[in-house]
Amino acid sequence: MPLTDSLRDDILASVPSLRAFAISLSGNGDRADDLVQETLLRAIANIDSFQPGSNLPAWLFTILRNLFRSDYRKRRREVEDAEGNYAKTLKTQPAQNAHLEFEEFRNALDKLPQDQREALILVGASGFSYEDAAAICGCAVGTIKSRVNRARSKLSALLYVDGAEDFGPDETVRAVIGGNGG
Amino acid sequence: MKEVKKQGGLNAEIQSRIGHQLRAMYDDVVRQGVPDRFAELIRKLDGPEAAAAQIDDTAKNDGRD
Repeated sequence: MPLTDSLRDDILASVPSLRAFAISLSGNGDRADDLVQETLLRAIANIDSFQPGSNLPAWLFTILRNLFRSDYRKRRREVEDAEGNYAKTLKTQPAQNAHLEFEEFRNALDKLPQDQREALILVGASGFSYEDAAAICGCAVGTIKSRVNRARSKLSALLYVDGAEDFGPDETVRAVIGGNGG
Repeated sequence: MKEVKKQGGLNAEIQSRIGHQLRAMYDDVVRQGVPDRFAELIRKLDGPEAAAAQIDDTAKNDGRD
């Protein structure tokens, strides 16, 4: 549809949540705002393909998500290094962290596989339905549900090591639990 | 071992704390509103062609590094 004033307003109204999504995905404010800028440019460049009456936020989130993933592939090595360092810091942390510090939560979120992280953010923070989240990620609704569930268990395990055994720890978590005894 | 009450295989209290933390992180950014740079960007773009041209410019600049 043409870029009307009301469509401009609707796009603008989505900017705060697009930024929150970008920052949640990338963990980096500058990079997130670059992603938002490119999302807005691409959305307007392709505005003719937007169907009037369809879900504009979901359409914009799809563009941002795809941009982030193509950008992410380029930076993969960088990210893997960061994950390696993060695993090291985990082993030296005290086992019992009574409350969730923001940094700790952010680190745990970054530790999730990307598929799970984006599914959790879309459903748990952006407030999309499972159906919309599935459309944004280009997968089945059941896949989104399972990713969200796995993301939640993994965060539980990473943040609440005491209870981790109840959630079927993966190898990283086992390494953390085993960290004290050597 | 501490007894954990489960809901759908997960501790309900832990899940509620994780949900709260996730939304707090997200809403903190949402509350910042629309930065000027984005309001100006959307206002000044005449239409699809102007946006496409700006994407091309950015790509060229990236290629120069």
